[in-house]
Amino acid sequence: METTRKSIRKQSLEKLYNLLSASRKVYAPVIAPDKQVEYKYNPDFAEVTFEHIRSTLSVKNVVFPKVENLFFYSNAKTESTITDIDLNKIPEIVLWGTHPCDNAAFDILRSIFSWDINDEFFSKRFEKLVVIGLSCHLSDEYCFCTSVGLTPNSAKGSDILLSRLQNGDYQAEILTEKGNGIVTLSPELFEPISGEEVTVTEVKQKFNHEQVTVKLASAFENRFWIENSLRCIGCGACAYVCPTCACFDIQDETKGKNGKRYRSWDSCGFGLFTLHTSGHNPRQVQSQRWRQRIMHKFSYMPERNESLGCVGCGRCSSGCPVDMNIAEQLEALQNI
Amino acid sequence: MSDFEPKVVAFVCNWCTYAGADLTGTSRIKYASNVRIIRFPCTGRIDFMLLLKAFANGADGIIVSGCHPNDCHYTSGNFHAKRRWIMFKELMDFMGIDMNRITFSWVSAAEGAKWADVVNTTVTRIRELGPYVSYKELVNKSVEEEVKNE
Amino acid sequence: MNSLITRAKELLENKSVQVVIGYEAGPTSVARPAFITDPAKAGTLIYDERCVQNLAVYLTKPEVKHLGKMAIVATLPVMRSIMMLISEQQIFADSIVVLGISADGSLLDIADVKVMQGYIEKSDLGNPEKYKELLAELNKLSPEERFAFWQKELSKCIKCYACRQACPMCYCTRCTVEVNQPQWIPVQSNTHGNMEWHILRAMHLAGRCISCGECGRACPVGIPCHLLTMHLVDQVHNYFNVYAGTSEKMSSVLSTFEPNDKESFII
Ligand code: SF4
Ligand code: SF4
Ligand code: SF4
Ligand code: SF4
Ligand code: SF4
Ligand code: FES
Repeated sequence: METTRKSIRKQSLEKLYNLLSASRKVYAPVIAPDKQVEYKYNPDFAEVTFEHIRSTLSVKNVVFPKVENLFFYSNAKTESTITDIDLNKIPEIVLWGTHPCDNAAFDILRSIFSWDINDEFFSKRFEKLVVIGLSCHLSDEYCFCTSVGLTPNSAKGSDILLSRLQNGDYQAEILTEKGNGIVTLSPELFEPISGEEVTVTEVKQKFNHEQVTVKLASAFENRFWIENSLRCIGCGACAYVCPTCACFDIQDETKGKNGKRYRSWDSCGFGLFTLHTSGHNPRQVQSQRWRQRIMHKFSYMPERNESLGCVGCGRCSSGCPVDMNIAEQLEALQNI
Repeated sequence: MSDFEPKVVAFVCNWCTYAGADLTGTSRIKYASNVRIIRFPCTGRIDFMLLLKAFANGADGIIVSGCHPNDCHYTSGNFHAKRRWIMFKELMDFMGIDMNRITFSWVSAAEGAKWADVVNTTVTRIRELGPYVSYKELVNKSVEEEVKNE
Repeated sequence: MNSLITRAKELLENKSVQVVIGYEAGPTSVARPAFITDPAKAGTLIYDERCVQNLAVYLTKPEVKHLGKMAIVATLPVMRSIMMLISEQQIFADSIVVLGISADGSLLDIADVKVMQGYIEKSDLGNPEKYKELLAELNKLSPEERFAFWQKELSKCIKCYACRQACPMCYCTRCTVEVNQPQWIPVQSNTHGNMEWHILRAMHLAGRCISCGECGRACPVGIPCHLLTMHLVDQVHNYFNVYAGTSEKMSSVLSTFEPNDKESFII
């Protein structure tokens, strides 16, 4: 579909939001009392923030929930019955005001969840997702989208991308059929563009990711990993907050005769990550786990999934309790 | 709530309270039938997590009971248990979990009548408090949370 | 912090230690743990109000131990953690050089454990003021309000266990949450299971928590889980009149007892 550009007034945005919110699940960012930015389903428009840099957690949970039931079972004397999840019950979700880095992450997740077999849970949720993105007019020292091939206003992953105009109104780029579907709900809210400039923040490029990928190919045994991961405490938070991390763990939980199999987020930072039943672990120490994190995102994924595994949102670094700064390390790796 | 029958789980040690409860029976003392007794080697073995699991699985009240101080079959299991209960109780209070629903007691093998009394007073109290709705809601809500995206 | 740098350099040069665990500045405004093995790099060590992590967590970490004998920059909570780890026989007193830092940020002369103990005993050992207020506020609420407060907070928990990883006393090679036969704590995150996890964690830290606040600071979603362990710090002191991490000989409150321990609720 060809992109069309419209302009939408701040008041019209409120109308659009209320219209959507009245008829479907809208997941929008709010600032919690403790100043953390979190996403909520259908908050009041007055609560919705347009001034956040990054939410504490990413929004990947809309396509990859932190806990997802895979099926239910019940065990009788001789046989078990399995009840599948009805994927048709998955509702449409409209993401509101997510930034370009987070929106670009969906395609990366898709490349992982459809790499060898098609993960139908993910696919269904992804199919039902509509993204109304918001370009960044604010950024901080942790942002590095421009180092991973994105920009503070890249349209990738958005169905509609809003960008703030000088006068406080917004530009709306309508990028996909899904986006068009939203417009047709109330076309009069979308007006011709005014020629007003968009306000977009500037994010300095910190490294060249292609060079990093080249360097990583021969960096497996480098001392770098040990020297730069001693302070990592293996808390795993980096993967939990990351919009592109897709590792999960599968568990059965049985109560009496009935039970369920579910998957939940995992992290390569954990000591138990890839621990074999035999007791052997190919990644025995934290330096190897940290190496896995960077290698996966900047070497294995470009090779296998033809995309980087990072969108430069900076969450892993701002959220790390011991200041492991991924951009800084990638910059160093580029010059290794 | 007149037809509410409290579910009470009793965690007791083998050597005193369990024997005491046995004596209650052999002495033909009648007491409330709402209690399900779970026997442990010693109060020292009664992990606080078990009490939480009892609430999670629908108990409205709990009794934890063992040998009087200095009478523990393993000498000091009950002294350790006592410290643990003190901390557990304080933590539960701090988190707003209802400690009126747990009775802690010492019941010896000779105290059949006391066991009946412990059970009866606990059951009466729980009957007054009603079912532990807020905890059950917490558990049910949590089950729903998992599927909220569906 | 020149005296700290000089001392660290000296220790590395005369090979009394192979690594100095301290703080350095990073590319952002946040300070981070640093591991200095080369005396020439001792100059990067800093100490100021940004240096908040409890470094004692590294003393039991295999990769760090592997570097050799350690010196560690230690504020009061770090010193108390060290004391706790010694008393629990996780580290040896004479295998560690303590570069003590006083409340006003100057280098202390901590020659050995006795001196450290003396310093700790002279210090204020209760929960830090800023947490006392929060604890008092919570204690003022009704039980129902407290139940609601913790449900709301713990519903946010994603079960990453950063709180556990950041705590020097959570050094178990296999944590209870990783035991699945039986499964004490569900792997998935939901409010009820998260609450069970935090009750378990607080109970395991009763009488061992030294009030550093690291667990709460490490939590990526901002759950004040340190208030649970800190509440028990107060209670341990009320009932048993001790503070954790004050002596190399102390036994953990819950693994010992006094026959006359007082309580008023057992019938
Ligand atoms: S890099 Fe940071 S956030 Fe990630 S596991 Fe290590 S300490 Fe935790
Ligand atoms: S690795 Fe870090 S910066 Fe990259 S997408 Fe994940 S959280 Fe964001
Ligand atoms: S405050 Fe938290 S991190 Fe610090 S000792 Fe206590 S439980 Fe551990
Ligand atoms: S929570 Fe308990 S079992 Fe887990 S690491 Fe901490 S002390 Fe050990
Ligand atoms: S650090 Fe926070 S989110 Fe992670 S397990 Fe602990 S309380 Fe939960
Ligand atoms: S055997 Fe009864 S309390 Fe120890």
